[in-house]
Amino acid sequence: MSIQVKFFASLRETIGVGDTTINHAGSAGEVWDIATDKADRPINVLVAINLEYAQFTSPVEDGDEVAFFPPVTGG
Amino acid sequence: MSSHIEQQTFDPWQAIVDHQQQSALANQFGATASFIGSMRDFNDNTDVSHMVLEHYPAMTQRYLIQLEQQAKQRWNLLDTLIIHRVGDISPAEPIVLIACWSAHRRAALDACSWLIEELKHNAPFWKKETREDGERWVENNTDGL
Repeated sequence: MSIQVKFFASLRETIGVGDTTINHAGSAGEVWDIATDKADRPINVLVAINLEYAQFTSPVEDGDEVAFFPPVTGG
Repeated sequence: MSSHIEQQTFDPWQAIVDHQQQSALANQFGATASFIGSMRDFNDNTDVSHMVLEHYPAMTQRYLIQLEQQAKQRWNLLDTLIIHRVGDISPAEPIVLIACWSAHRRAALDACSWLIEELKHNAPFWKKETREDGERWVENNTDGL
């Protein structure tokens, strides 16, 4: 099992990758640290776990999909 | 209820007509409220020649369905339609269509206004503009005023 990690929009360009996989993490914040090699986290970054908004303290489990993205600008 | 993502430009007015004609409840519609958002050729006093709209496909579809369900729980709606563009967009092309149908005007009007605000604040779409000075990600939505 593993955790799928996604980055979108400006964050994808800053981090330099759109999709990656990590083996294990306890929280969304830990996912960020592992997937970005502890890159600075912009204060306005949003996180979703399994397609629902979450917090960086939210727990993650094997098989989860964790996405990081900047403030949304649709509509 | 219907929501979907469009990869190509679309005619929002025709979409409203088509949806209404196909609705089983069309004879009960007393009010139709709609919002259509289009691309401007300027932003922050700078000319914008082109835009790319990116999204998080699985989350977007799920979120739009949830939005329509929440609106239907909150107001006495007969039907709703949401269409949102992604991909390459030129000035004057539609970006988003929201339409609400109800028996009386207040539900349709209030739900339509609520839906576009919720969508703009939470639906995972991102705009990248091409301007005279290069490309730039839009960092915040306007306040709507």
